[in-house]
Amino acid sequence: MTGQATSLRGILKPRGTAPTGAGATSRRDDWLAAPLNVGFWLAVLVLYATFSALVWEPVFGVAHEADGYLSPFYAPFVSGEGFPAWLSPALVTLWIPIGFRVTCYYFRRAYYRAYLADPPACAVGEPRIHGRYRMENALPFILQNLHRLFLYLAVVLLAIHWIEVVTSFFPASGARIGLGSVLLLADITLLTGYVSSCHSLRHIVGGRLDCFSCSTINRTRHGAWKILSGLNANHMVWAWASLFSIVLVDIYIHLLALGVLVDPAIRL
Amino acid sequence: MSEPIETHAVDVLVIGAGGAGLRAAIAAHDAGARVGLVCKSLLGKAHTVMAEGGMAAALGHVAPDDSWQVHFRDTMVGGKLLNNPRMAELHAKEAPERVRELESWGAVFDRTTDGRILQRPFGGHSHPRLAHVGDRTGLEMIRTLQDRAVSLGIDVFMECTVTRLISGAHGICGAYGYWRTTGRPVVFSAKAVVLATGGIGRAYSVTSNSWEYSGDGHALAYDAGAELIDMEFVQFHPTGMVWPPGVRGLLVTEAVRGEGGILRNRDGRRFMWDYLPEDRRGEYAATDEEAERWVRAASRSQPTDARRPPELSTRDNVSRAIYQEVRDGRGSPHGGVFLDISYLPADHVRQKLPSMYDQFKELADVDITKGPMEVGPTTHYVMGGIRVDAETGATTVAGLFAAGECAGGMHGGNRLGGNSLSDLLVFGARTGAGAAAHAAGFPGTPYLDPVQLRVAERELGEPLERLDGEDAYAIQRDLQETMQTLVGIYRTEADLTEAIARLADLRARWLAVRAPNGRAYNPGWNLVFDMRNLITVSEAISRSARQRQESRGAHSRVDYPDLDDRAWGGVNSVVHRASDGTMEVGTSPLVSMREELRALLGGAH
Amino acid sequence: MTGPRQPGEAGRAVTVVEPTEVTAASGPATAGQVIEAAVPAEAAGATATLRVFRGEAGQDTRFEDFAVPVQEGMVVLDALHWIQGNAAPDLAVRWNCKAAKCGSCSAEVNGHPRLTCKTRLSDLDLAEPITVEPMRSFPHIRDLVTDVSWNYAVNRTIQPFTPPADLPQSEWRWQQADIDRLQEFRKCIECFLCQDVCHVLRSHETERPFMGPRYLVRTAGLEMHPIDQADRRPYLKELGNIGYCNITKCCTEVCPEHIAITDNAIIPLKERVADRYYDPLRWAWRVLRGRLPELPVGRELPVFPGGQPPAASADPQADGSEAAGTSPPERRDEPS
Ligand SMILES: Cc1cc2nc3c(=O)[nH]c(=O)nc-3n(C[C@H](O)[C@H](O)[C@H](O)COP(=O)(O)OP(=O)(O)OC[C@H]3O[C@@H](n4cnc5c(N)ncnc54)[C@H](O)[C@@H]3O)c2cc1C
Ligand code: SF4
Ligand code: SF4
Ligand code: FES
Ligand code: FES
Repeated sequence: MTGQATSLRGILKPRGTAPTGAGATSRRDDWLAAPLNVGFWLAVLVLYATFSALVWEPVFGVAHEADGYLSPFYAPFVSGEGFPAWLSPALVTLWIPIGFRVTCYYFRRAYYRAYLADPPACAVGEPRIHGRYRMENALPFILQNLHRLFLYLAVVLLAIHWIEVVTSFFPASGARIGLGSVLLLADITLLTGYVSSCHSLRHIVGGRLDCFSCSTINRTRHGAWKILSGLNANHMVWAWASLFSIVLVDIYIHLLALGVLVDPAIRL
Repeated sequence: MSEPIETHAVDVLVIGAGGAGLRAAIAAHDAGARVGLVCKSLLGKAHTVMAEGGMAAALGHVAPDDSWQVHFRDTMVGGKLLNNPRMAELHAKEAPERVRELESWGAVFDRTTDGRILQRPFGGHSHPRLAHVGDRTGLEMIRTLQDRAVSLGIDVFMECTVTRLISGAHGICGAYGYWRTTGRPVVFSAKAVVLATGGIGRAYSVTSNSWEYSGDGHALAYDAGAELIDMEFVQFHPTGMVWPPGVRGLLVTEAVRGEGGILRNRDGRRFMWDYLPEDRRGEYAATDEEAERWVRAASRSQPTDARRPPELSTRDNVSRAIYQEVRDGRGSPHGGVFLDISYLPADHVRQKLPSMYDQFKELADVDITKGPMEVGPTTHYVMGGIRVDAETGATTVAGLFAAGECAGGMHGGNRLGGNSLSDLLVFGARTGAGAAAHAAGFPGTPYLDPVQLRVAERELGEPLERLDGEDAYAIQRDLQETMQTLVGIYRTEADLTEAIARLADLRARWLAVRAPNGRAYNPGWNLVFDMRNLITVSEAISRSARQRQESRGAHSRVDYPDLDDRAWGGVNSVVHRASDGTMEVGTSPLVSMREELRALLGGAH
Repeated sequence: MTGPRQPGEAGRAVTVVEPTEVTAASGPATAGQVIEAAVPAEAAGATATLRVFRGEAGQDTRFEDFAVPVQEGMVVLDALHWIQGNAAPDLAVRWNCKAAKCGSCSAEVNGHPRLTCKTRLSDLDLAEPITVEPMRSFPHIRDLVTDVSWNYAVNRTIQPFTPPADLPQSEWRWQQADIDRLQEFRKCIECFLCQDVCHVLRSHETERPFMGPRYLVRTAGLEMHPIDQADRRPYLKELGNIGYCNITKCCTEVCPEHIAITDNAIIPLKERVADRYYDPLRWAWRVLRGRLPELPVGRELPVFPGGQPPAASADPQADGSEAAGTSPPERRDEPS
């Protein structure tokens, strides 16, 4: 241990003795369960979302709106005027929540593990498909750094969506408290929890400060940062809960549109 | 020697990378010396990392009337006036500066509300004085010093054990050792050598110390002709874990009692009431009710007229009390006593004692918020050590310096909690500078005597080559058993004489010890050299203890139960190697105290 | 259990297993009998079989089985010590404190990177042999010991704590709230378990070095220090290659100090790097104005000349301007 190195160049880690190859490990527990589970549910939800946004209305003609309730996949609503009929109006805004979730730190972890097996589980060998590992240091994954861009946009969408949810209590037919509005309210609450617990938001609000006590503004930001940090600790839970709730609400609204269900409501 | 031995030339060689060694290396580097730092384990793993409570320094952030004078008096009184007064003075004066310096190197101490370093109260200290980081102060200290040393570019030789010092015409001029990873020998030529190897806890079977504490520095210095002082003073911490067996001895911090922990025997009796020294009884609560009032107030940092609970008596006294309860058959099922804090709200306990909560939960399946812990005394610290000069850390051998736990004199007959970490910084810095100055004045380059190298080399090889013999673990078991039973908390002439005889026997067995299977990272082989040092140190402890015919501080003689100021109040025990190679024990008068310092002691003297 | 004993003569209960047949059963019953003869008192209770990775670097390695009498509360390190003292005195193990404080005793127990002094036998399935292997991501030395010196080399490349040159320590003031974050990072005991488990270091050969989670934690502790003046973001991006981390959180799972490595250290550092290199708003600003906007990061100092803490200041506005008045020189760029 002589001298002082000034750069990391030239000190690549020497090779260890870890077993290589897909699934090579001394672990005895059921390490495969978690990635399979995550992979399955993520796939189910993503496939359903694709179906709902791209297929259901254009192909089967089932409306995305019923009883003044708008499917969350289409929210906030942008009218599809000028769109070719085969293109779903959901796409006008849907890329934002998709981008937001794809670049979300939690979902990155989930799909890197479940689909890229990089790593499949801790201390478990990887398949030899990633010959050259550069991950978020190079394209395409370096784009994950744009998460905050999606955050900015998502916050705007979320605000508009809140307005829509509130107005769903007051359709043209007069005020009502329907199961649909309650579900939409629950959904947007979870969504708000998800966005508020975002790592980037936590950073922007206070995490980037070095000194919390230095000024009144910083002390205020520190207070907010502490609250967001509390939410952030459960970011994974928010992420899944809000994803499931969107799908459930969407199914509910489509069932209304199909006439399978009737929205129970208290009309005022 | 077929191939040339790997050799490194430095100006100052520091042996030991705990707090003392690191601070000495930084000081020597700052003084312009080329420094080499050697340690037995990885950098940053030294014993200092385990310290919990804090480091004592009269910063006065919490108690503005604290001053170096008060700290000096507390240290001397705690040490039963055997301390080197000049060391206690320098320590009290310089500790605040050293602590601040640590912060300027990046240490992150807990804060007061006005943004300065927070200090906590501890046994024997008149004011809240311990700068701390939760209950992991030692970790913060060693990490800060380690990062500092590394950024200065100091050469560190990790996992390298020194087995011999090499002397020349101008005193100590080098060291011989081996790499633990390969077992290959390595030689350092140095113009000055600093020993900072820590303590001796491994001589006992129940200890809060790690395997590194084999008294290497003590033994290396002794072999080189230096004097060891006060070796009879081994501190037994009253509360170590006793169950399960694997963690026996692990420290239960004093803070548990500070927070209101109550000691009870098997019959549920709060036995500390029976062990308070008569002349001090007035300082303690008179009833359970008063003690509880004190705890309540303390937990809310409120002033109270209640006096403190009997459990907060001095470490030596509490250790003796627990020992006696157990010996008289009133102990807990696993040979300890009960320490109970579960009567306080669970949240409060978890918040104040997070690592104790985890420690018992994870290692003993005991929830300390629900039931009592079982505790018993554990070997913790050695006050005795290599005799050093207060100003420079120079030992009685030219070119050899010592600092930290392996140096003696600073703590006298009993160390106050928190005084060790600050001792490491203050005397680490002084010793590093002293060694650098000595190195600068060294005439020419060190000459490494090939005869000494060959002796050291042969010694390393012998256990590997022997075809039969016992392994060193057996010797370790017997040594620990001997020291634990015969040279423990209570000592008698007969036991000590017996111990000395058994140690001679162990030394004879050691000469025939065998360690097969190669040199590369072979702990069985490494242990051989640790054992040699431990046997030497154990003998020094036993002989010094037999000589001091009184009870004082951490040294308790059943056959001489009282303090004897006339015969023993004025002397330190001294051990050194006689010209015929045998161990010689004697006394020397205490280092004289300046009048103005004596005045500070007031009624204490 | 005193008196001379020949290693390999009694007490030694070894079954050699080829490393590839990790799961092959291999006669612990015989092993148990041998032990019983040597240590009658302890063999009365339960035994555990430890399947320990043995051998020296460059030579054939193997697993050896040892039957160890189980005592209440025993941890894996106790079992290894028992093996050292009774069966294999040359078994190489690193350890110091036995109290989960020093981070020396890291190994892989049943494939999980763990501190052996904190892993209780009672938490493991004793019906099967317990495999104990060294940390697999580092070069092997002997038995359970690996060469971790690479970690120390990485550490040396991080720019150390850099306080402002013109402010003496006596002027420094900050609140507990400012350092709660740092104190979490500074709990690290450098056990290197996170470095061991990180798949970037374990399973990939990257073109450029990756500093690893331990040193991201250390850098976070420096970057978020209320008074530190250095800017380590270029280092993190270009030299430490923080982009290699794909936040899959294995480091957080193994950390014995329960540091939220990924959530509290790595992701905030990635965000800080994004602040400087990938922020779309700043990029737009640069395109429009031709220069970078001022960044608030690191421009405030928790220093109140004369020792006036913010809480003591009567006018809440005043301390803000005080802080601004003591702005440090511009952050230093890339460390040399
Ligand atoms: C559990 C516990 C809690 C404590 N809490 C506190 C506290 O709160 N406050 C306080 O003030 N004190 C405390 N202490 C005491 C204090 O921690 C020690 O006294 C102090 O750390 C000793 O430091 P040192 O630098 O002298 O030695 P160490 O830190 O032990 O360093 C010794 C160094 O020497 C090296 N070494 C040894 N022999 C050789 C050799 N032959 N060759 C090469 N290198 C060698 C070792 O590798 C190591 O690096 C505590 C002790 C324990 C056990
Ligand atoms: S989160 Fe990043 S640093 Fe931690 S183990 Fe995963 S890839 Fe490695
Ligand atoms: S961050 Fe945690 S796992 Fe990593 S070295 Fe530090 S203590 Fe160990
Ligand atoms: S990190 Fe998951 S939403 Fe931003
Ligand atoms: S031995 Fe220190 S952490 Fe396990």
